[in-house]
Amino acid sequence: MDLSSINPTLLLASLIVASTPILLAALGELVVERAGVLNLGVEGMMITGAICGFAIAVNTGSPFVGFIAAAMGGATLAFLFAILTQFTLANQVASGLALTLFGLGLSALLGQGYQGIKPPATASLDIPILSDLPVLGPILFSHDLMVYLALALVAAVWFVLNRTRAGLILRAVGENHGAAHALGYKVIRIRILAILFGGACAGLGGAYLSLVRVPQWTEGMTAGSGWIALALVVFASWKAGRVLLGAWLFGGISVLQLNLQAAGVAIPVEYLSMSPYLITILVLVIMSADKSRAPGSLGRTFHASD
Amino acid sequence: MIRLEKRPQPSRIWSYLAPVGAVIITMLVGGALFAVLGKDPVEAIRTIFWDPVFGEFAFYYRPQLLVKAAPLILIAIGLSLGFRAGIWNIGAEGQYIMGALAGAGVGLAYYPLEAAYIFPLMVIAGAFGGWAWGMIPGILKARFGTNEILVSLMLVYVAEQLLAKMALGLLRNPDGRGFPGSRNLQQYPSAHNAEIFAGTGVHWGVVAALIAVIFAYVLFTRHLLGFQIKLTGQAPKAARFAGVNPARLTLICLGLSGALAGLAGMFEVSGPAGQINIDFNVGYGFTAIIVAFLGRLHPVGILLAGLLLALTIIGGENAESNLGLPAAAIQMFQGMLLFFLLAVDVLTNYRLRWKTAEVA
Repeated sequence: MDLSSINPTLLLASLIVASTPILLAALGELVVERAGVLNLGVEGMMITGAICGFAIAVNTGSPFVGFIAAAMGGATLAFLFAILTQFTLANQVASGLALTLFGLGLSALLGQGYQGIKPPATASLDIPILSDLPVLGPILFSHDLMVYLALALVAAVWFVLNRTRAGLILRAVGENHGAAHALGYKVIRIRILAILFGGACAGLGGAYLSLVRVPQWTEGMTAGSGWIALALVVFASWKAGRVLLGAWLFGGISVLQLNLQAAGVAIPVEYLSMSPYLITILVLVIMSADKSRAPGSLGRTFHASD
Repeated sequence: MIRLEKRPQPSRIWSYLAPVGAVIITMLVGGALFAVLGKDPVEAIRTIFWDPVFGEFAFYYRPQLLVKAAPLILIAIGLSLGFRAGIWNIGAEGQYIMGALAGAGVGLAYYPLEAAYIFPLMVIAGAFGGWAWGMIPGILKARFGTNEILVSLMLVYVAEQLLAKMALGLLRNPDGRGFPGSRNLQQYPSAHNAEIFAGTGVHWGVVAALIAVIFAYVLFTRHLLGFQIKLTGQAPKAARFAGVNPARLTLICLGLSGALAGLAGMFEVSGPAGQINIDFNVGYGFTAIIVAFLGRLHPVGILLAGLLLALTIIGGENAESNLGLPAAAIQMFQGMLLFFLLAVDVLTNYRLRWKTAEVA
């Protein structure tokens, strides 16, 4: 075992890369849940985004186009969820599970023939001067555009939810859909938009996995990231800023366990690999003491006649 | 303009018709999908749904139907208990793995001793393994209110890692020249879950699945616990007033469904699969979720839905080898089935009304 082979600077830099997929997915789900909808299909939307982004990036040679396709793929799948839960008033838990099962199958089907291919490299955006700073440079200023986009999205979601009228309406719909409906807000329409946004974010997160983090396509490559993103929303008590902290925590754990594996720690690889999931459970237990933060209408079906 | 009007009571007819409708729509859309993939849709559908039961080689596939359906039914019966009460155990895949590990572990511990008590002990160990794994989300939910959906699912990934560790470590076949995987239990008579009637596919797992169906049917129609489960699902507050203890119900449902999934894993590893290996689990735990819903969370429905999904698995394998249809297409097909079921189900609870646009 050689712990000195772990470079803290590189560790922190890769922590930011590792946290970006779950950050994006969790941020999308946060908005969806704030609108009062529980979409358990994040894993399915992420993996669909992963293959859509990968396939389009490989075929066009442009990661940028790939990311756009991933967002569209995730949103398309989310639209199916929206039809089920908002128009045909299906149970949200069951619909979310259906979305994940369907997404896993769909992505495996679409991904035929993409195994073992290298995607076009996503250029890292070395910010002049800043990226040359010692220590801070590599950690903060030499990532690709998506990392900064994800960070900007955290700020944007926070701002929209807490400082704008649109955010107020969205939260009202999530807290009490009956009252929001009585005030004349279009509950269904707002929720569908939120669901589409959540799908697009999950798709981007998936594409970040397949195009930057891994970067290749393997079946089932999200391996629970979508579910961790769901847990992250609970961990964050439905607050945008805390999603970022949580994502860094989980990114840190997954990077650290990989580094420990590489350093040849005496703990077997399998036990290290299960650590992110075990820590997710631990965090859920700690956070479950406080349920008061959950949006009031979360998971409940809305129908104007009720 | 179509409007939905809530029915005073769920429609009985539609609750039976919805699964049938979902299957038909899935066949139509699935057929279209196969056409896009460049396969003859009629032939593909026939290969999947007709040939395994009525085709030339049906004598071979019919027993396979029971072999594949047994674990699905066993797991789905367990899931339906919780689903009815709004307790969402979706980590059956993990409980299935843990049951297999515990059951096989006990069997392998006795190797090469031959004795009649080994197999029953393995059954108990398998049920216990799944039960214990199901109790983790159960206790966490009952004690701390932790979300059982996320915890049970996280435990699937933990169980998968444990399975890999066991296949490469503790349970690895010492005579296996370093290859991963345990001894083959099919070659160890005392631990082998063999066919009870040769050539029928009926092994102890099939028997257990049928017992589970009857057990669940009696539970829901005759027993207080079944009533409490139904009541909790329909009106949690009323259930509380009626003296239902939600924590206790959570523990019972998650424990029972875990035990049944564990049994399924144990019967699978000692029978059709034969050994613990890294790729031992093939997603029965997740497919069983579809079976539970398609069967309307009703024991008899689950029996039929289990057979249908088993048919898609076998037919899918045939379509894969005969028509070159990708295996993933069947997985998607199954997901689609659940999709359409949930969509058609709107007609069970709501009535469609054609109305002209209202004047505001």
